[in-house]
Amino acid sequence: MTTDPPLAIQATGLVKSFGKTRAVAGIDLAVPTGAIYGVLGPNGAGKTTVIRMLATLIAPDAGSARVLGHDVVTEGDTVRGLVSLTGQLASVDEDLGGRENLVLLGRLLGLRRSAARARADELLDAFGIADAATRLVKHYSGGMRRRLDVAASIVVTPQVMFLDEPTTGLDPRSRNQVWEIARALVAGGTTILLCTQYLEEADQLAEGIAVIDRGHVIAEGTPGQLKASVGSGALRVRLLDDSRRPQAARILQDVVGTTTPAPDPAALTTACADPERAAFGVAELARAGIGIAEFSLGQPSLDEVFLALTGHMTEESADTVEEQAS
Amino acid sequence: MTSTRAARGTADTAAVRRAIASTARPPRPGRLSMALAFGWRGMLKIKHVPEQLIDVTVTPVMFVVLFTYLFGGAVAGSTQAYLQYILPGILVMSVLFTTVYSGVALNTDLTRGVVDRFRSLPLWRPAPLVGALLGDSVRYVLAGTVIIVVGVVLGYRPEGGAMGAVAALALVVVFSFGLSWVFTVLGLLLRSPNAVLNGGFLAIFPLTFLSNVFVDPATLPGPLRAFVDVNPISILATASRSLMEGRPDVEAILISLVVAAALAAIFAPITTRLYRSR
Repeated sequence: MTTDPPLAIQATGLVKSFGKTRAVAGIDLAVPTGAIYGVLGPNGAGKTTVIRMLATLIAPDAGSARVLGHDVVTEGDTVRGLVSLTGQLASVDEDLGGRENLVLLGRLLGLRRSAARARADELLDAFGIADAATRLVKHYSGGMRRRLDVAASIVVTPQVMFLDEPTTGLDPRSRNQVWEIARALVAGGTTILLCTQYLEEADQLAEGIAVIDRGHVIAEGTPGQLKASVGSGALRVRLLDDSRRPQAARILQDVVGTTTPAPDPAALTTACADPERAAFGVAELARAGIGIAEFSLGQPSLDEVFLALTGHMTEESADTVEEQAS
Repeated sequence: MTSTRAARGTADTAAVRRAIASTARPPRPGRLSMALAFGWRGMLKIKHVPEQLIDVTVTPVMFVVLFTYLFGGAVAGSTQAYLQYILPGILVMSVLFTTVYSGVALNTDLTRGVVDRFRSLPLWRPAPLVGALLGDSVRYVLAGTVIIVVGVVLGYRPEGGAMGAVAALALVVVFSFGLSWVFTVLGLLLRSPNAVLNGGFLAIFPLTFLSNVFVDPATLPGPLRAFVDVNPISILATASRSLMEGRPDVEAILISLVVAAALAAIFAPITTRLYRSR
């Protein structure tokens, strides 16, 4: 009995359409156990649909998927006993208190009344919501709400957890806490599939990343490989006067590297791995008398990853650019 | 000791780690205890969101008072005689109005994503629905009790005594349990809780008025009377009236129970199917 342990998630050729829209157009995933695997993509790329199929909420039109070796269609009930779902789509009950939500889930999962209460209190305490235990969830702050969502998903520790955009809309402090919790879960042996629109989040947490766009996986690898393939950094410059942008673009293109206009009409992004070249580029702009409101050197954003991988921006930011241009 | 940081509203990673490590998955609970857990959730909602119950009780209470004193003399010769006639019918109306909220609640869960949480759990699939309707039955009993109490305060006297009133209430609640499945289907098909509310009342309001709840159909023109006579709400009102008067109309009671069973038999499977696939 020395066969390899089954993959946490194995998907082959998953397809799902809604009406004429092909939300997921043939996705393969192979997620090993015991780590965080990131699925990176813009809104509408099909991330949530993939999770919904893996969590047995909807059936794929074609293809198949297994969670810890169990088929999500034919062994749905077994899969539901292994996974849990958190994030945009699986919510807690706003009309109940935080403690009541956790007790309810404990009871549904088979804990006796007293055990369910004890578990609820333990989680409320650990997640820093003990003070708001009896308050109705609709009165919670965004960060508290998100922590309760996560707590609700580990009333019984799942073997595989789906985290769907767990930090969208959170302030940096709450975001860091969610990240800490995710790391703690993995240390406890849970495998996490993390869907996010933030490269930084995937970079911070995930060991492997699949980038998806329009229902397809367009790149796959470790965060390092991915960043290497798109250039390790980006110089962002915002000008005081947006009429100077074309001139600034020419200068940066010449002295630094590939330069593209950002959605903000006064801003530019330049692919740049070398901080010294970036400094040189900024100095050249100043020498040409082009006023700079701000500049920064950092990791490429999802938009920039997309631009590098697909030659087009995420559709959302493309829309923004068009709106601003018209 | 774990709560020094927790008290300031932040997660305590060490405590989270302990919490993660400390569970073995318990054996799955039985179907009944799952449904009862959802029933408990329904009761908590009555406690936390009492407005809904008040909404559906205030209207019938207003009807009792208005109709009794405004039309009572004209329709039945005296306000007391009319109160004696309409109260069992208003009991039917008030509880049936409450059933619309079963669909509204389900739709609210759907739009807020709570349904996805439940659907991702290893549950007996109809448990959330059966449990919610069990909780709603408590709501029906409360709504019905309020009407009976208001009636008694205004001078209504059930000839069948307390037993008659309890029997009538029980019949109405059983019927409503069947009817709620119609509104849960509506709740799963429509887009928003408000649409369910409006759609539900659009159906149930005319049906209630085109029944014998408010007037004796003897004076109605032929075709209208034919409709009123076969309207299940009339039959239920007749049955409820007969029980409260202490002279049970066995035929009306049986028909009411058969209609309730038929509604449940048709709409419960549709609800379960829709719930699974939405």
